[in-house]
Amino acid sequence: MNAKKGIEVSIAASIAAKLARVEVVAAYPITPQTHIVEHLSELVANGELDATYINVESEHSAMSACCGSSAAGARTFTSTSSQGLELMHEILFIASGMRFPIVMATVNRALSAPLSIWGDHSDVMAARDTGWIMLFCENGQEVVDSIIMAFKIAEDRRVLLPLMVNLDGFSLSHVIEPIEFPSQEEVDKFLPPYNPLYTLHPDKPVTMGAYAMPELYTEAKYAQEMAIVHSKEVIVKVMDEFGKQFGRYYKPVETYNTENTDVVFIALGAINENIETAIDRLKEEGKEAGLINLRLFRPFPTKELLFALKGKKRVAVIERVMPGGATNGPLFNEISSLVHSNRMNISIEDYIVGLGGRDVLPEDFRDIFDEIKATPGKRTKSKKDKNFSVIGVRG
Amino acid sequence: MMLPSIDIYAANTVSREEFAVSGHRACQGCAEILAVRLALKAFGRNTIMVMATGCMEIISTPLPTTDWKLPWIHVAFENAAAVASGVESALKILMEKNKIPRKDINVVTIGGDGGTSDIGLQALSGALERGHKFTYICVDNEAYMNTGIQRSSSTPYGAMTTTTPPGKKSIGQSTWKKDMPKIAAAHNIPYVATACPSYPFDLLAKIKKAKMVYGPSYIHVLSVCPTGWRIPSNMAIRYGRLAVETGIFPLYEIENGEYRLTYNPEPLRQVGDYLNGQGRFRHLTPETISEIREHVNADWERLKHLCGVK
Ligand SMILES: Cc1ncc(C[n+]2csc(CCOP(=O)(O)OP(=O)(O)O)c2C)c(N)n1
Ligand code: SF4
Repeated sequence: MNAKKGIEVSIAASIAAKLARVEVVAAYPITPQTHIVEHLSELVANGELDATYINVESEHSAMSACCGSSAAGARTFTSTSSQGLELMHEILFIASGMRFPIVMATVNRALSAPLSIWGDHSDVMAARDTGWIMLFCENGQEVVDSIIMAFKIAEDRRVLLPLMVNLDGFSLSHVIEPIEFPSQEEVDKFLPPYNPLYTLHPDKPVTMGAYAMPELYTEAKYAQEMAIVHSKEVIVKVMDEFGKQFGRYYKPVETYNTENTDVVFIALGAINENIETAIDRLKEEGKEAGLINLRLFRPFPTKELLFALKGKKRVAVIERVMPGGATNGPLFNEISSLVHSNRMNISIEDYIVGLGGRDVLPEDFRDIFDEIKATPGKRTKSKKDKNFSVIGVRG
Repeated sequence: MMLPSIDIYAANTVSREEFAVSGHRACQGCAEILAVRLALKAFGRNTIMVMATGCMEIISTPLPTTDWKLPWIHVAFENAAAVASGVESALKILMEKNKIPRKDINVVTIGGDGGTSDIGLQALSGALERGHKFTYICVDNEAYMNTGIQRSSSTPYGAMTTTTPPGKKSIGQSTWKKDMPKIAAAHNIPYVATACPSYPFDLLAKIKKAKMVYGPSYIHVLSVCPTGWRIPSNMAIRYGRLAVETGIFPLYEIENGEYRLTYNPEPLRQVGDYLNGQGRFRHLTPETISEIREHVNADWERLKHLCGVK
C-alpha cells in the first residue's frame, strides 16, 4: 500500500500519464486544463518522462498530431477543455473511426457564449456521440486510476478506440486531494507496452484513412459501433483487474444508499460527491434517497443501469448542460429512452444545475428530493412550459 | 572535394520503382498525379505519406483498394501537416527507445492548394515553425478541384471557377495568387522550392534536396488540371511549360534563405500564349491580359533581383 499524497488533481493526472509511460503528448493549453499540460511538459523537460511533447498551434492540430502519432505506433496522450474540445470535434470522429487508442483527459468546462471558464458538461455533451469511450471521475483518485486503466482498455485488441477521461473543471481539476499513486513497477505490471496492430512503417506499408463508397460505409461504421458496444466487457474486466492489483475497485455504475429507497438521483462526475453529502443529511432528517453514479457514459452502461434502477419509483436526473432546444437534457433522454423501452414504470425528472460553474449546494438536492417526493411527474413551478427545471435561475 | 550527397548530382537517374501505381481514378492528363508519382520516386521506399483530403486522396483510395505502395495516411482536409508532426515525433521517440529499428524515414505530406494555402495554412505554419523533419508538397492545381473547381487563394487573377464566375460585375477571380512559397520561406526553413512536372528532372532534383535537409522543407508544384483549366487532356505538360516560359510560374529555390533561379526562360513568352488556350481565361479582355502581363513582369523582375540574376 503506497502512502497518500496531497496533490492538485491536474498534477496528479499528468503523473498518471507519466506512470502510463506515454510516448507522445500533443496538446494546447486552455483553462482549466493548463496545469496538466504544463506539468507534462515539465516532466518531459526534466527527463522524468521519456516522451516527445509537441507544442502544437491549436487543439485541432493537437488531435491531428495525436492521430499521426498513434498511427505510427506511439502511446499517445492529450488533454483539453471546452472550446478546445469543440475545435477538435471534427477529428474526434476520425480518431475513433480510424480506431486510434488515444487517451485524453477532458477537463469539463462551459462553452461560449457568454464566455465562461468555469465547469459544466457543455463541452463533453457536445462530443458525446463521437465514438469515444467516456469515463467520468468523482475525485482525484479516480482520475489517476482511470487514466492508467484507460490505456489498457483503449489498446485492447478487441477495443482499439480512443478514450476520454472526464474531470470537472476547477471543482476537481484545481482541488488538492489526498491521492495514492501506484509505483512505476506496479503500473508496468498492470499496463503492458502498447503493441499496435498496424503502424505506418515502410517495412510493411498499409493505407490508413481511405474513403468508403456507400457499399462499405455502413459496414465500417457498424463494425466500429460493435467495438464500442463490446468494449464494455473489456472495461469491466480491466476495472476488476485493477481492483485485484491495487485494491481500488471500480464499476461502470456505482450506487450509494440505493437499497433503502425508491427515490434516486443520477449524475455524472464530481457532483456525485455533493449528492452523497446531501443524501447523508437527508438521512439525518429521516429521509432516504439514493444515488446512481454513472462512471461510464460511453458505451452507455445499459445493463448495469437497468439493474440499478430495479424497483425504483422516482428518479431525479442531474445534468450540467442546457438542452439546446431538445425536449430534455442529454442524460435525461438516454435514461428515459432506456426506462421506456424496457417498460419500467418510473417517473423521471430532469434538473439542470451548476451551469458555467454555478455552485450547487446539498440544500439544492434536498429541495429536489422534496419536490419529486411530493409531486412525482407533475409540472413544478420552475418548469412551466419546459420538460426540465433549471435550478437557481434568477429574474 | 567530397560530394555531400551523390543523390543531388545524380538527378538524371530515375528509379524504375513505382509507388503510385496504375489503377487510380485521376482524370486523363492529370499533372497532379504525375507530380506525386515523380516525387515519390525521388523519395524512395523509406517514406511515409501523409495526405490531405483532395483530388489525390479521392482518386487513390476507395476502400478496399489503394494506389499507394508506401505507408499512407489521410485524416482530414486541413490537418495533414499536423498529422505529419505526430508521425514524425512518434518515429523519433520510438527509435530513441529502440522500439523500432533506426532508419532514415522521409515523412512526406501532400496537400492541394486549398488544403495548403487556405484551410490548412495554420497547421502547416505550426509544423514548419516547430521544425519537424518533413517535406510538405503543395500540389497546386489552382482551385479546389475535388469539390468541383471552386476558387482558392491560389487561383490566379481573372480565372473562372465555379465560385468566381465571370459576369456583368465580375471578371472571375478578383485577387492575385497567394505567394505560398514566400510564406513558407518566411518560416526560415532550410529549403523551399517551386517545381512543375513539365520539368521532371528539375522536380526530381529538388525533391532529392528536400529529402536531404535537416528540418522542414516545402515544395510548391504547379500541377496542371485539364478538367479545371478547361484544356484538352493531352495538353497538361505543354501548359506547365508555358506557365514557366511566360514567367507566370518561375522555377526557383530558396536554400537557407538564398534565392536561386533553377531555370531562366528569358526572353519570356507573351502571357497570352499561356492564357489564350485555357477555357478558364476565355472571358478575359485585352485590358485584363495586359494587366496580368504587367503584374507578371513586375514579379519576375523582383524574383530575378532576389536571385541575383541580371
Ligand atoms: C473541413 C472541410 N471543409 C471542406 C471540405 C470539402 N473539401 C474536400 S477536398 C476540398 C477541396 C480540395 O482542394 P485542394 O486542396 O485545392 O485539392 P485538389 O482537390 O484541387 O487537388 C474541399 C473543399 C472538407 N473535406 N473538410
Ligand atoms: S480534377 Fe484535375 S487535379 Fe483532379 S484528378 Fe482531375 S485532372 Fe487531376
